[in-house]
Amino acid sequence: MKEIIKMLVVLTLICAVCGFLLAGVKSATQERIEEQILLNVMGPAVSKVLKGSTNDLIKDRKKITIDGQDIVVFVGLKDNKPWALAYEVKGKGFGGDVGVVVGFDLSTNNLTGIGITTHKETPGVGARVKEDLFTNNFNDKATNLNFKIKKDDGIIDAVSGATISSRAVCSAVISGIKLYNEIKSNI
Amino acid sequence: MASLVKDFTKGLWKEIPPFRLVLGLCPTLAVTKYAENGLGMGLAATFVLLCSNVIVSSLRNIIPKKVRIASYIVIIATFVVIVELTMQAYLFPLYEKLGIFIPLIVVNCIILGRAEAFASKNPIIPSAADGLGMGIGFTLSLVVLGAVREIFGYGTIFGLNIMGSSFEPFSFMVEAPGAFVCLGLMLGFMNVLGD
Repeated sequence: MKEIIKMLVVLTLICAVCGFLLAGVKSATQERIEEQILLNVMGPAVSKVLKGSTNDLIKDRKKITIDGQDIVVFVGLKDNKPWALAYEVKGKGFGGDVGVVVGFDLSTNNLTGIGITTHKETPGVGARVKEDLFTNNFNDKATNLNFKIKKDDGIIDAVSGATISSRAVCSAVISGIKLYNEIKSNI
Repeated sequence: MASLVKDFTKGLWKEIPPFRLVLGLCPTLAVTKYAENGLGMGLAATFVLLCSNVIVSSLRNIIPKKVRIASYIVIIATFVVIVELTMQAYLFPLYEKLGIFIPLIVVNCIILGRAEAFASKNPIIPSAADGLGMGIGFTLSLVVLGAVREIFGYGTIFGLNIMGSSFEPFSFMVEAPGAFVCLGLMLGFMNVLGD
């Protein structure tokens, strides 16, 4: 009996101390980790889409809620005046969600361009939607255009052999455009 | 003092974990495509090994024999998570490269092996020396294997191109079969060198 009690007490104490230690480390690093994820995963795409901005795009991000969903919006400033904003949307690709950052010019309401953040598409095939040759299709485009691949009677040149991945990016852009007016009014 | 030095240096050659104790082969094969990744993994594992050895040794008379493995795993896992969170916060690029192998340090046989075989039966300072020696030996093995694979597979070492532009990369080296072959050759070479 005494043996069992000792085992229980020792294990419980060890787990309790470890638990406290881990909770402490987690809360100490949480903010910095969030920043790092934003910097390394979103950073390149956001910078590309809001090129020419004079501010720290990651630090100047805003979190807004639309229809119960939290969206992080990156605002680009030129001479301290907001000129464009960008946010991430997802499209269903071949291997999972494709993360697409869409950027809009606030004065013309045009799409400035897109950047791909995360994806699980096939390397060398679907993954090529990340390349400039494909994403440049979306540069400086009015939002009323038909953002579908040419096979679906749209204006976008798909990546050969990567129809599903190209469609995923297109559907993400379309859903991003739908959110634009509401997001713009919230900023 | 002499025994302390011996506890430390045995992990560097005589009982080097991947090649003599044949422990910790999984990360040895998986993260050694680049020498830099090997170095990062080695240092992370060394930190966990050192800390867990010290804690296990200081608690060795308190932990009942029947729950010792469970206790060791909790302690090791705690240090691994601390390392993982720290890496994610301060060394994000390395964290991305090592990926799933950071949490897998928990089941790295070297750490549980030394806790059971040494730290649970020896005082704190010798346990610390043992952990440090084994960890550094492990790191050295990873760096050397990583360097060999990187030089022949990519023509670079630590990112620096040293083979010149006319070099045809021997891609076999950076794939899984190449890892096994390289490891086997190094193991054989060390056996030839003897103690």
